Amino acid sequence: MSTGTPASAEVLSKYEAVIGLEVHVQLLTKTKIFCSCSTRFGDPPNSNTCPVCLGLPGALPVLNREAVTMAMKAALALDCAVNPRSRFARKNYFYPDLPKGYQISQYDEPLAEFGRIEIEVDGARKRIGVTRVHLEEDAGKMLHEGFADSDSRSYVDLNRSGVPLIEIVSEPDLRSPEEAYDYLTRLKTLMLYLEVSDCNMEEGSLRVDANVSVRPAGASMFGTKTEVKNLNSFRFLQKALAYEIERQVEVLEGGGTISQETRLWDSREQKTHGMRSKEFAHDYRYFPEPDLRPLAISEEWKEEVRRSLPELPQARRERFVREYALPEHDATQLTATRELANYFEEVAKATGEPKLAANWILSELTFLLNEANRDISQSPVSAPNLAGLLVLIQKGSISGKMGKEILAAMFASAKTANEVMAEKGLEQINDTERIIAVVREIMAANPKQVEQYRGGKTATLGWFVGQVMKATRGQANPPLVQEILKKELS
Amino acid sequence: MELTQLTIDAIREGLAARKFSAEELVRAHQGEIERKDKDVRAYLSLSPERALEQARKVDRQIAAGEKLGPLAGVPVAIKDVLLTKGLATTCASKILKGYVPPYDATTVARLESAGACVLGKTNCDEFAMGSSTENSGFFTTHNPHALDRVPGGSSGGSAAAVAANMAVASLGSDTGGSIRQPAALCGVVGMMGTYGRVSRYGLVAFASSLDHVGPFGRSVRDVAQVLQIMAGRDPLDSTSADVPVPDYVAALGGENDLKGVRVGVPKEYFAGLNPEIGANIEKGIDLLVKQGARRVDISLPHTDYAIACYYIICTAEASSNLARYDGVRYGYRAPEYSDLHDMYRKTRDGGFGAEVKRRIMLGTYVLSSGYYDAYYLKAQKVRTLITRDYLEAFEDVDVIVTPTSPIPAFKLGERVDNPLEMYLADIYTVTASLAGIPGISVPCGRTKGDPAKNEPPLPVGMQILASHFDETRLLQVAHAFEKAGRFEAA
Ligand SMILES: [Zn+2]
Repeated sequence: MSTGTPASAEVLSKYEAVIGLEVHVQLLTKTKIFCSCSTRFGDPPNSNTCPVCLGLPGALPVLNREAVTMAMKAALALDCAVNPRSRFARKNYFYPDLPKGYQISQYDEPLAEFGRIEIEVDGARKRIGVTRVHLEEDAGKMLHEGFADSDSRSYVDLNRSGVPLIEIVSEPDLRSPEEAYDYLTRLKTLMLYLEVSDCNMEEGSLRVDANVSVRPAGASMFGTKTEVKNLNSFRFLQKALAYEIERQVEVLEGGGTISQETRLWDSREQKTHGMRSKEFAHDYRYFPEPDLRPLAISEEWKEEVRRSLPELPQARRERFVREYALPEHDATQLTATRELANYFEEVAKATGEPKLAANWILSELTFLLNEANRDISQSPVSAPNLAGLLVLIQKGSISGKMGKEILAAMFASAKTANEVMAEKGLEQINDTERIIAVVREIMAANPKQVEQYRGGKTATLGWFVGQVMKATRGQANPPLVQEILKKELS
Repeated sequence: MELTQLTIDAIREGLAARKFSAEELVRAHQGEIERKDKDVRAYLSLSPERALEQARKVDRQIAAGEKLGPLAGVPVAIKDVLLTKGLATTCASKILKGYVPPYDATTVARLESAGACVLGKTNCDEFAMGSSTENSGFFTTHNPHALDRVPGGSSGGSAAAVAANMAVASLGSDTGGSIRQPAALCGVVGMMGTYGRVSRYGLVAFASSLDHVGPFGRSVRDVAQVLQIMAGRDPLDSTSADVPVPDYVAALGGENDLKGVRVGVPKEYFAGLNPEIGANIEKGIDLLVKQGARRVDISLPHTDYAIACYYIICTAEASSNLARYDGVRYGYRAPEYSDLHDMYRKTRDGGFGAEVKRRIMLGTYVLSSGYYDAYYLKAQKVRTLITRDYLEAFEDVDVIVTPTSPIPAFKLGERVDNPLEMYLADIYTVTASLAGIPGISVPCGRTKGDPAKNEPPLPVGMQILASHFDETRLLQVAHAFEKAGRFEAA
């Protein structure tokens, strides 16, 4: 495919990439978009089906209002104008996973238009236009593997057939793989906040295709674009875009031309491959869906949905910086999901120590969650329990080191800090006599350090504290240890 | 008493007076079918057990003194494009041969819950595409009045069954005249309500924006009673109208009840038709005038474009509606094929008849990119103009009267080689379909016939049209005409 040597950074810098993303988001409705079958993932094949989603003769679609409400939430959060009247259309093509031989989608009259997402790459903020948000039904799934006769047959699972999707199409406003990555990240965060999708790329509830072209830097005309598909992760998106941009530059530098085509990202070879034109040369023959009336959205319905929107990530991030005096970076991380942000706020409020809460959540707790492959909503340590632990640390009742140990135990057992401490015998030593005994032992064993201290080198106090804590396995009350040490040493 | 010639009222009275049982009534019809249907061939399949079971249930209700449904014990026939749970539904197509649906059409379910007994499924043109029933994938139905002639179509079997006393009433579907035209050719009453008046759920779709389910009967009163049961909102059909259903039967007046009714006679419907039919309709109009109606000569200026407009829209929708018959999930699949595309090709080539293929190709063409605007979009605009013609006309008149068909029943095979000539058989019926207004065909005498040419007198039908949801007026006029008329050719 390449016509010459890899393009150098210098050559690449003569060009500008133009990228637009088409993102499909599966909505979290309980039932499908045009029938009352369950949308549950992972059920036995073809168990969540009925005449409508099987495309049986005579069956007719009935629009699920919940799907429209969720799509509207997404559209409003993307600052789109929701059209008072939109229309469904049939997209016609043959494929075994498409039981009716057409997909009910929206075409020339989408649900919503003219939105935007603000992105930020290397400190530079930029608005990316959202061309449209429209509703459509998902197709079923082909099963090519896992059956005794898979070498000669394919099977079809129609559980997914009719699951509601929204397609979010961006303007060609993205100029680099990094911008595309940031756009998709923010889009995903937004959908998670709205609780309209779980955005699980492995399960296919978030899918992305990219339109890519390049042009000489500073040019205003667009180059010929290719459509890159099969981008199954955020990482693939970035890699595939970088690859495709470089490939196009090489072709142009070699005197070639870009052909408008669909290309598939091959994650094994780390390349995009052109699909044979026959495979995608579809004429979808769109026409208005005669089985559904136009979708009318009243001002009241729209306003009701708008009122139900939660505080959105960007607003919340800014508020965290303002209200809790958090660094921008921490605020960004803590607002990545609505659950995490809620968790943080609960801990921050209970302890009155937002900075401490942010540190513990972003470091210790995140570490434990990652290790257990869980997200914050599945944390065995509840927000009140974490707050309980932090209060103990903050009062100096336990050391930070001990706190980490206790947190690990809390994580393993879902118990409170006090319960863990009682169980492990990790209760604090507040017994002055016991601490004095330890202090004297240490002083006796280290006469040189005692001499130094008494000679005016009071900075060695910290060393003594460490020794006492070590000897008591962290259980001694640190302020009390200091107090006693000062007395004994002087 | 001849049990196969009763009206629905007579059945209700006879059952109540215990003159006969519902089982006797069903058996009498089964006997009539046994005797006549080897010649007429109206039925594709019979459901003796289903009919008898329902009849016995009615008889038990009578014995127990329970309240009976409005159609209790009435033997009915169902066009084979309406789904019947557990009973093969083929649309007279090889591609659905042996297909047994898992649910009942709403209309069938409503009839049966009103007590009707389903005798069997009637023949039709394949997927309701045709005007003679000669496009059936299985065999041709004969006109009971002249066995060498067609019964009309596409609901030819349903019309013939009622005309030959092989059912008291029947259900058909009307997309461009498929109830009204065979009713005219078979000398019975056939009606389609306003688009949306009767649910389409479980009607195998031909052209969704034009398809209607409607009744056949031997009298307007019977037709009104069947329509009464079927009419009304169905939550499973998004295009069914949420408009209250008046009591049609109670509104039927008597003879001479047409004082002040303005009857529109559109000049475009009286040119180029069989002169005998024209003469009969004129006599029919005179009869209406005699009963107090006022004749108003009107014009529906866009009538000339109706056939072209209709065949663009109906084929476009059909090309999409019939995509689901792909051999993947149900129905016919070609026995041998090399790959997926070959399977599609051979299945659809072997499963569909010539007319269905012709319409799929036409429809695919008019929706293709580059042609959509010139054909489909243009046709939609013409449809709006035709509808406007009617809306304007109904400002000045209450009903419109026209011939139902330009010709009486023609000979079998006479037109099969000329699809265009066949399409013109719909010339007087498609406009009402495009406008979505209700229409009925009532018998209006017969042609004289010509013994020299071995041509018997043949039934003529008069079409009466009314404004949207004005079925009451339509039925009143048809009923008054029927009361006063029933004239034979002079
Ligand atoms: Zn379903």
